[in-house]
Amino acid sequence: MNETIDLLKTKEEPKVLAGGQSLLALMKLRLAAPKNIIDITNLEGLSYIREDKDHLAIGALTIHDLVENSQVIREKFTLLSDAASKIGDQQIRNRGTIGGSACHADPAADLPTALLAADAHFVVEGSSGKREILPKDMFVDVFTTSIEHDEVLTQIKIPYFLPKSGSGYIKHSRREGDFAITSCGVVIAMDTTNNVCKDVRIALGSVASTPIRFKNAEEYLKGKTMDEKTIVEASQREAEGADPPSDMHGSREYRLEMIKVFTKRSVKLAMSRVK
Amino acid sequence: MMAQGTYKPPNMVQVTLKINGKEYSGMVEPRTLLVHFIRDDLNLTGTHIGCDTGHCGACTIMYNGTAQKSCMILAIQAQGANILTVEGLADGEKLHPIQEAFWENHGLQCGYCTPGMLIAGLFLLQRNPDPTEDEIRRGIEGNLCRCTGYVNIVKSIKAAAKKMQEAKAPKAQDKSEEQGAKAPLPEQKA
Repeated sequence: MNETIDLLKTKEEPKVLAGGQSLLALMKLRLAAPKNIIDITNLEGLSYIREDKDHLAIGALTIHDLVENSQVIREKFTLLSDAASKIGDQQIRNRGTIGGSACHADPAADLPTALLAADAHFVVEGSSGKREILPKDMFVDVFTTSIEHDEVLTQIKIPYFLPKSGSGYIKHSRREGDFAITSCGVVIAMDTTNNVCKDVRIALGSVASTPIRFKNAEEYLKGKTMDEKTIVEASQREAEGADPPSDMHGSREYRLEMIKVFTKRSVKLAMSRVK
Repeated sequence: MMAQGTYKPPNMVQVTLKINGKEYSGMVEPRTLLVHFIRDDLNLTGTHIGCDTGHCGACTIMYNGTAQKSCMILAIQAQGANILTVEGLADGEKLHPIQEAFWENHGLQCGYCTPGMLIAGLFLLQRNPDPTEDEIRRGIEGNLCRCTGYVNIVKSIKAAAKKMQEAKAPKAQDKSEEQGAKAPLPEQKA
């Protein structure tokens, strides 16, 4: 790790490679042309899924396949296994890493959106020491995070959800393994005695330059009884204020509709998993 | 962009790795993709290139026990790697059960995607010895067949599952199974 940080400081235009399933693709398209690549794929000790006292700790080099199939993630952080299972294909999931995906910060990718909904904190190490990036500060723009040039992401921390929580992530794409046209991750905590929403986080992917929490639906839902009408109203509100891009995969208007549809479905999916 | 007349020959790096149980070594440019090293330098042309963009899966190899796309790995990253390619499936003249199954069930037409399908199929079966049709289709979602011969490919993998289960009980391991035995089932480290 120290060697990595040294290299990041001393080499010209360095780029960290952690799995390489996005970076190599970008380089082939000549969208990225780093002068120096620092391959950390084989660094020891950065692949783990660990239940710490206040949070789940995931090593930055943990591959998607392990995130998808981890028992603890499936049970307690289901939206992350949902998201990991939707990435690319089996071969990509056997090599791509959660840290690589987070640092790549593609707004249409699955894990960044799910991590934002999960309220993940990002632990980075650099020449000035170790620090933690808050979820709201991590994703700055397309392919851009707030990680400094001489820093490396080493761990992702996810605070345990409240009791009686459920979570889910749904991705809308034309074909399996494609990037999302719209995606939505939800974590919801319920008072199961009266079906009232105690707390909820909703993150959307592929509708802005970063994964994003608009919070319209979140604020509306808190304290409400979760019946069909309320969920529909929340989904309508979620699209208000959104300004998604038009591209070959879907127009702005289409994406606005899809925000409603997938907010609704993801909230329902998360509720169905409350236990 | 480099100015005219200042061409600098690339630094060559030595890569040593194991493919199908045999050790290979060669000099590569740092930018060389693993699939180009395997095909062009080592002449193991059974591994195919269909797209070079990570989509088609024709270049799928077993890399340290899991199926990965060799066009999405740099050759220099594969230092010391243990690789199984389609050439390593058969035991001499005796085809691997999954190859037999593709043969018997018309699991290939032009054959271009087949090396990748075989390795992706093998990885699936090592992890899930008796997959459903849906599980098979998900297992090969990273492999494209331009002949659209998916129905028979799925049938072949299903038949291979049966063959491999029958062969499992009494028979000793062949060399591909030895490599496959390393395929990790997902488990978390403490």
